Amino acid sequence: MRLLKLVPDNTNIKFLKWRIPFFVVSILLIAASWALVATKGLNYGVDFAGGLEVRATFTQSAEAPVAELRNKVESLGYGSPVVQRFGEDNQVSIRVRLPDEVSADKEAAQDAANDIVRSLQADYDDFRLDGNDNVSGKVSGEFRQTALYALLAAMAAIAVYIWIRFEWQFGVGALFALFHDVSLTLGMFALFQLEFSLQIIAAILAIIGYSLNDTIVVYDRIRENLKKYRKMPLPELLDLSVNETLARTVMTSLTLFVALLPLLMFGPASLFGMVAGITLGLFVGTYSSVYMAAPILVWLGVDSDSFVPRETAADEQEKKARGVV
Amino acid sequence: MLEFPTWRKAWLWSIAIIAMLAALPSLLSATSIRWPEALPDPMVNLGLDLAGGSHILLEADPREVRVQRLENMEENVRSLMRNAEPRIRIGDVSTRDGRLSFILDDPSQIDRAREIMLPSMNGTGLVREWDLSVEDGNRVILTPTAEGIDQAVGDAMESAVEVVRKRIDELGTREPTIIRQGDTRIVVQVPGLQDPEALKALLGETAQLEFKLVDQNALPSDVAEGRAPPGSEVVPYAATSDFAGSAIAVRRLGGIRGDNLTGAQQSFDPQTNEPVVNIQFDTDGGRRFAKLTTENVGRPFAIILDGQVLSAPNINEPIRGGTAQISGGFSVDTANRLAISLRSGALPVDLAVIEERTVGPDLGADSIRSGMLAMAIGSVLVIALMIASYGRFGIYATVALGINVLMILGIMAGLGTTLTLPGIAGFVLTIGAAVDANVLINERIREERARGRRVVAAVETGYKEASRAIYDANVTNFIAGVLLFLFGSGPIRGFAVVLIIGLFTSVFTAVTLTRMWVAGWLRKARPSDLHL
Repeated sequence: MRLLKLVPDNTNIKFLKWRIPFFVVSILLIAASWALVATKGLNYGVDFAGGLEVRATFTQSAEAPVAELRNKVESLGYGSPVVQRFGEDNQVSIRVRLPDEVSADKEAAQDAANDIVRSLQADYDDFRLDGNDNVSGKVSGEFRQTALYALLAAMAAIAVYIWIRFEWQFGVGALFALFHDVSLTLGMFALFQLEFSLQIIAAILAIIGYSLNDTIVVYDRIRENLKKYRKMPLPELLDLSVNETLARTVMTSLTLFVALLPLLMFGPASLFGMVAGITLGLFVGTYSSVYMAAPILVWLGVDSDSFVPRETAADEQEKKARGVV
Repeated sequence: MLEFPTWRKAWLWSIAIIAMLAALPSLLSATSIRWPEALPDPMVNLGLDLAGGSHILLEADPREVRVQRLENMEENVRSLMRNAEPRIRIGDVSTRDGRLSFILDDPSQIDRAREIMLPSMNGTGLVREWDLSVEDGNRVILTPTAEGIDQAVGDAMESAVEVVRKRIDELGTREPTIIRQGDTRIVVQVPGLQDPEALKALLGETAQLEFKLVDQNALPSDVAEGRAPPGSEVVPYAATSDFAGSAIAVRRLGGIRGDNLTGAQQSFDPQTNEPVVNIQFDTDGGRRFAKLTTENVGRPFAIILDGQVLSAPNINEPIRGGTAQISGGFSVDTANRLAISLRSGALPVDLAVIEERTVGPDLGADSIRSGMLAMAIGSVLVIALMIASYGRFGIYATVALGINVLMILGIMAGLGTTLTLPGIAGFVLTIGAAVDANVLINERIREERARGRRVVAAVETGYKEASRAIYDANVTNFIAGVLLFLFGSGPIRGFAVVLIIGLFTSVFTAVTLTRMWVAGWLRKARPSDLHL
């Protein structure tokens, strides 16, 4: 049996030849992402915006009466709700963000949820309440804060670790790649107005972990090659390192992708946002390891001495002392 | 690198097997096979998002406690001064700005007054609870200390947790988790609850029952405008009572609190057949209730629940039996709820539900099913890809992956952690990370072979060189996981737990175990070439 080889041996793709255009594109994408976040905004779920979400199944109906529900809930006077199909055709999620003046009352979300559920139960015989999330403005504010801290702390801690294990240039490169990944993910959530919830924070942290995994594999090879080929020009050495790890990069991305795809297609509806985020991050993270993390090293000026400086200096002194030079 | 003495093999296998055995009870619980009861049975808890249930976060308002404390102190001071020998007359009592102040009619009694009050300044604990100061020679000011307030709030929260527990037990729910969180919060988690609304209604009811004398001197016009004579306060009628919308003035002090009850039951008024609640006082409460009713025959007193008047009947005769009946436009349900609340004691603080998440059991089961299906399909695809790419080495990786998943489950069961819906996604990611380790190793072995290394050397170098990147990647992922655990809440923590445990088991299975197997195979088969 012949074994599957996704990437032929000894590839020699000149990745870094295009580093400037790609880098420019990346910067533009990052800028566009933040512009999207600033203009369209993130579609905060109840976790971050406060308010309530009611999930229900209309057990006897083929399809949930989405438009009708929207009108009904709106007529109860809690502002305009977001009513969406959720999972099966007869399942819906009703999301209501409470106006600020109302959410000052800690139990406003509670009362509104009870009211909505009670009135829908009265109107539809086959209304089955599957679950609800009610989050007061106070709690959602805390969630926003801790989520931000978690992301910043994770990025900072990881950059420091890489700086310690490698060199400061690698730390900066990794941090920049992570910033790229997080930005693009946020931009995507703003563009498609996917619900942004606590789960998405978990997804972003998973993306950070995964993208970093990729970056480290490439960096590790760069470090190894820097020691091995002391005289090779840096862009060439980076290309070599990326090419050498290309088979692994493709294989790992593909396996993770085939593991995620069924979860995206058949998995629980409530996991969709999270899995979609991770899947997106898979591509973004792989790209950023090659086109953000590596080229930055060229600009920040990494060379072999980064890893063997003291030995060289010591060697030379020794040589001088012996009068060899 | 490829040396595996027997003791080492035995050691590695026993770690794997023990961890996997711990997963067995959890896996069997999904089938009809019974796990022998004599054996320990660590179980993976299913989170509320999978098992169905309610998560409710309650927050107390500590202002309540402060006001209450001030009022108690006022009453205490008044009775101390009244009972002093000779009696100390005081006036201009105020509780504004969170402190109690009053003046002595006779400034020369100041030292005596201070002496009498001193024991009350230190509570039962070791902290100083009140600061006593004197202004202008005869104005006494009592200021609660920060430590005193903290302790009072802490005590109130402690007993609030107990009250919440009693009330939930009264509902007959199984295995509730009730934990105090932070200074003023309580988390309640109830699995598989059918009616979270009843629970919330029960927790929202402070059930602070008070009996206070109606101030008959108050002018109705003043009361309507919210003004009451000195020493009295305006209290609105409850929405359910016959006089909803109006209010009456009651004497602020000298009433009785419903703290000392021994029982409360829902019942029906024999005359009107209206739902009522019968309460029984303990000895002390009964005596005080008898005293209040004896001294005030012919006058009305108000029955106040959580700051709202239920009714204000006339005291026709002294009530000495230590029992009383409360009416106030109840339905059977609300009367029943009040009875439960009174039985379990009043909440010393007002609790507000600031977060609630409920998942119906049907949805939870659906989630598990579709999550498992997706994981199964994903696993098959990953396995196919691995074996197609790496042949024998792919099989090793696959077996390692299986052990990995079982070990994660087993360790989660052993630690008693909770599997949540995001946790399932965590599993998928862990599978990805574990596979990546094998991909790294195998690709490196391929590379080393292509560079012309001999079989054993290539395998050895492959594991050695790949391990460095695997190690670094895992440490960074560990950092992300720990932060997720620290900052995350509920389900997100479930994700972090799987991720963190998975990092350790992945290195163990994907690196250590596969190396042991590869080494064994190399030793036995002595292949001259690798089919890789």
